Amino acid sequence: MSENKTAVYVCKGCGIGDRLDTDQLANIAESEGKCSLVRQHDFLCNADGVNTIRNDIDSEAVTHVVIAACSRRAKTDAFGFDDVAVGRANLREGVIWVRPDSEEARETTQEMADDYVRMACAEIQYMKQPEANQNAGTHKTILVVGGGISGITAAVESSKAGYAALLVEKSGQLGGWAAKLHKRVPNSEPFADPQDTGVHDLIKLVEDDNNITVFLNSTVTRTSGAPGQFSVDISAESGDTVTENVGSIIQASGFSNYDANQLPELGYGKSPDVVDQAQLEELARQAGDGPMTRPSDGKEIESVVFVQCAGQRSEKPGHLPYCSGHCCNTSIKQAMYFKDTNPDVDTMVMFDDLRTPGNGEDFYRSAQRKGVIFTKGKAQQVDAANGQLQVNFRDMILDEDAVANADLVVLATGQVPNSGVDIEATAAADAEDESAESESAAEDTQEVSVSVDSILNLTYRQGVDLPHLRHGFSDSHFICFPYETRRSGIYTCGPVRRPMDIAQTQEDATGAALKAIQAVENAVLGRAAHPRSGDLSFPSFRREGCTQCKRCTVECPFGAIDEDEQRYPVFNESRCRRCGTCMGACPVRVISFENYSVDTVGQQIKNVDMPDEFDEKPRLLVLACENDAYPALDMAAQQGLEYSAFVRIVPVRCLGSVNTIWITDALNSGYDGVMLMGCKKGDDYQCHFVRGSELAHERMSKIDDTLQQLQLEPERVVTHEVEITDIHRVPTLINEYAAKIDEIGMNPFKGF
Amino acid sequence: MNDVNTTMVDKYRNDFLKEVEENVEEGHWVKMCMQCGVCSGSCPFGPHWDHPPQEIFMMIRAGKRDEVLTTESMWMCTSCYNCIVRCPRELPITHIMHGLANYAHRLGIAPKMNPTRRFSAIFWNNITKTGRVNELALSLKLYFMDGFGNGVKKALAMKKVGIGMIKTKRLNPLALVNHKGVKNPKELHTLIKKAREIEDRRKGLAS
Amino acid sequence: MAKKEYSFYPGCSSERKASASNYMVSVDAMCEKLDIKLNEIPDWNCCGASIGYAEGGELPRHVMNARNIALSEQNNPNQDIVATCAACWLGAKETADRLDASEQLLADTREVLKEAGLDVHLKNETPIRHMVEVLIEDIGYEGIKEPMVKSLEGIKFAGYVGCQTNRPFGVDGESFENPMYLDKMVETVGGEAIRDYEKKVTCCGGALAFSEPEKSQEQIKDIIEAAYDQGADMIVTPCPVCQMNVEVYQDQINKTYGTKFHIPVTYYSQLLTVAYGGSAKEAGLNGNIIRAKQLEEIAAK
Repeated sequence: MSENKTAVYVCKGCGIGDRLDTDQLANIAESEGKCSLVRQHDFLCNADGVNTIRNDIDSEAVTHVVIAACSRRAKTDAFGFDDVAVGRANLREGVIWVRPDSEEARETTQEMADDYVRMACAEIQYMKQPEANQNAGTHKTILVVGGGISGITAAVESSKAGYAALLVEKSGQLGGWAAKLHKRVPNSEPFADPQDTGVHDLIKLVEDDNNITVFLNSTVTRTSGAPGQFSVDISAESGDTVTENVGSIIQASGFSNYDANQLPELGYGKSPDVVDQAQLEELARQAGDGPMTRPSDGKEIESVVFVQCAGQRSEKPGHLPYCSGHCCNTSIKQAMYFKDTNPDVDTMVMFDDLRTPGNGEDFYRSAQRKGVIFTKGKAQQVDAANGQLQVNFRDMILDEDAVANADLVVLATGQVPNSGVDIEATAAADAEDESAESESAAEDTQEVSVSVDSILNLTYRQGVDLPHLRHGFSDSHFICFPYETRRSGIYTCGPVRRPMDIAQTQEDATGAALKAIQAVENAVLGRAAHPRSGDLSFPSFRREGCTQCKRCTVECPFGAIDEDEQRYPVFNESRCRRCGTCMGACPVRVISFENYSVDTVGQQIKNVDMPDEFDEKPRLLVLACENDAYPALDMAAQQGLEYSAFVRIVPVRCLGSVNTIWITDALNSGYDGVMLMGCKKGDDYQCHFVRGSELAHERMSKIDDTLQQLQLEPERVVTHEVEITDIHRVPTLINEYAAKIDEIGMNPFKGF
Repeated sequence: MNDVNTTMVDKYRNDFLKEVEENVEEGHWVKMCMQCGVCSGSCPFGPHWDHPPQEIFMMIRAGKRDEVLTTESMWMCTSCYNCIVRCPRELPITHIMHGLANYAHRLGIAPKMNPTRRFSAIFWNNITKTGRVNELALSLKLYFMDGFGNGVKKALAMKKVGIGMIKTKRLNPLALVNHKGVKNPKELHTLIKKAREIEDRRKGLAS
Repeated sequence: MAKKEYSFYPGCSSERKASASNYMVSVDAMCEKLDIKLNEIPDWNCCGASIGYAEGGELPRHVMNARNIALSEQNNPNQDIVATCAACWLGAKETADRLDASEQLLADTREVLKEAGLDVHLKNETPIRHMVEVLIEDIGYEGIKEPMVKSLEGIKFAGYVGCQTNRPFGVDGESFENPMYLDKMVETVGGEAIRDYEKKVTCCGGALAFSEPEKSQEQIKDIIEAAYDQGADMIVTPCPVCQMNVEVYQDQINKTYGTKFHIPVTYYSQLLTVAYGGSAKEAGLNGNIIRAKQLEEIAAK
């Protein structure tokens, strides 16, 4: 490869030229930044400016470009040169828009700009324009695991978009729960009556589609590989196994019915006339359009009570703590089975909070019009006496105990996800076994377990199934990337992801199919899937420096890194999301990306001009996540909110990529404080890379020891969770922090 | 005395909701309540209701016929219509409350001494006598509804108000003798009598 | 401006020597300045008010109102029915709506009206409107300002809209929770409006001021107190029941609660009449038990 040539372009537009001494900036780029080609331009993002850069690349053999203008988030089209490495010095949102245009502020503002140019020049020296992963796969077939309504829909939608699909179903027939329903909750105007499930038409679509291959009585017994190059074993009950290559996977493994035998207080198991919603569907199917009869004695049912939230939305042991979403609408539908056959049947729905998502409100009203009685009450006990059931309940409106008699009681129990093995609980149990503790592990991680058979049988180092988030549902980014799991190229849809009804499931399955298609298309080009969609960079590591500590393989939120026999990490580039969490984790700093590394950030930190202790100009380093914190800072700048001139902000891909060496280096080289800004962590995380923010918080909580060794105050390093909407909060955080550092005093390491 | 009431009890047995649907003004809306309680929270006299509207609706569904029809609650309605405009289900709650009160009154089981019930009757008789309100007669009748002694007391308490009204020519002290109404009150009485007959027939209240 | 004509339903309280007679006096004066002609519905009867429900029931109440509508459609054809009283407006409008919604109710009503030969005249197609709708929709704020010769500058008004002018029908384009038209009217003639008057739409107890005086007076106390707290010189209202309840019980409330309320309660029509150069008498200011001295002073100028 030929020699690097770096060109720096200082823009004078948008007021930069009026507020800053751009000659001085150009001078710094040339003398300190050691860049041979430095130009100033009045309006760099216009056609002339862009052409100037283009010409330099073409005729001056420029390989690295620094644009000292606006934020890296602005003008990405104009400054998007694919064939060179591009760095940005943020003089507009990062400097002039956040500083007052006053004489007394002029000096410190210029110093800010000077530093950002130094930082960009330093960063670019360590950057390389990435080239696509050469290990990209070529397979575009989509594997769908689960032949219920979600799986069928995902397969059909994939096929409609032109992608072949394999549909694997454990049982002997397609359709899942939906095929067992008498009718479904309506999904079209006027949302007034139960309607045909439509599942048989869907099954027919699958059967008639040459692009969809169905495997009945089959399971997935092995999954290895990566997006674009998965290899899966599909084994039939008979034991026959076929191996298939697929590009991406949709797990639509659905739910199991909560076991109502855990609700003896509600009469289940004591009287055959207490049934769950699935059994009621069965009764309705048997009755056809005729009247339903009691299971106990065949008497025609004249009164029925539906008990909502049976064994759910409850903290009692053995109960589901969550709402299963569909059950209110389902009970409404089932009450209509009775009312539509005979309006004189007394139907009472006993609810705590009636929740009718979608167009359920119309459906609810329709039931009220049909005479279904809705009682806000909490069922306490169901007794069988004299051939009748007695529902003892607390009337929540009249605040009194009451009794309702019924021929039949229907318990609206919840959905339990078929999400396979809880790999985190397993890992925790393994860890405890290792430390010879015999107590049962992960007691509170899963209240109700239905299936411990693995669904996917992944050969991944981190475990055989997809990680769960809460209550056994598969982890997925609930705001930004709902179908995305923590295994690249594998998507979930339907009730395995969260409780849902048919309408939501079908929408979900369609979304997951589109994501699976996106994944294969990116994979064959060797590019990242979201959130860094299209990113060509991928991590590489220096094997000779590696200490086989396993931190990267354990901490990768996406299970992208396996291990070889010698316990060295094996990077599966196509599984990687390019967050850099492995890079942040590595204690010996051997992991890097071509355009993002310990050096690209470390050099920025080191190249800030550090005033000495007596200048009374502290320097505060802010490492800001580029997903939410950095945009929030940009927007604060757009709104003209000001913050301290002493901060130097470095965007990072994710807080997970922050290596503690950056912190210690910064403090060693005289920074007075370091602030980390990342996304929300925890169960309701907003971290785009799921675990990054969480991991950064953990790492920073351990940095106190280091600080104490250096005899520095622990308050010098702070970590904040920031949301993209915290536009007014971010400048306040910075300013309060600057005041705090002022209180603590200067870093004694300055000048050493 | 409660012939109509007994008839209704027999007719509807336990189905009070149906009775309300068929006989109470706007009663068919009761089943549409979703128990949010906005009505109760919006009522200016809310704290004075033994059972605010939300509870009344629940009680109707629970078949608590006697409790609903004999409560003073609906009689607390000031006809401010706040519940109507706020009800997310758009139930005409004010009218249903009026309807329930009217029904209870019509069946003869509404609380006898409730002042609003009594005032309402006085008012209706006052306006239908001549076709227009006779404010003086209305006030006097109201004050004296609890007997002469109480009436004098109340009238005295209100003396200042009355004098103020007379002084500002907003009350006619001679209205007992010279109040004017519609030209042909007899014809109006015929209309009202006929309307009552039709209504009773429709609601099965004709005795 | 061409003369506008309406079929007028004055209602019981606006009759001579009735509780809102001064309202009527000011409405007459106001309409003259605005070139509005009100043609009284001949032989109209009481609307039944809301409180009539217990004894009146449904059909008799609707018959009372339908009789008025029929008389209007017979004698003042093609003229919108306009009421100045909230209860009259609401009663008539409600009946018109119900008859419109139910064939049976309409048939029953016609059957009854036949006794008076009015069934043939009941078309039930006339818009039923409140005087404030005429002002802000037909005349417009610009039009309201036009005849103005005096400003009400220096007077701060708590615009008390109350219930039945506002709910359940209300005025088009206004919110039930915070209608602005009364404030805008005040501002149009130079007065200062307390736009965020806290008790703007709080109930005064209505007819229950008679039957449940203590409970109602508690409401009225809050209404007046808020007006004082927010610096009002006087209260202005579009409703005769509101006007009376808030005005006449102040002495009793003072006795019960130890307050020292003495705040005038006026009608919007009185404000407009004064702004249009009308005398205190024309504005019916002599009908206010608590005299609105500031208005009288402006009227006297």
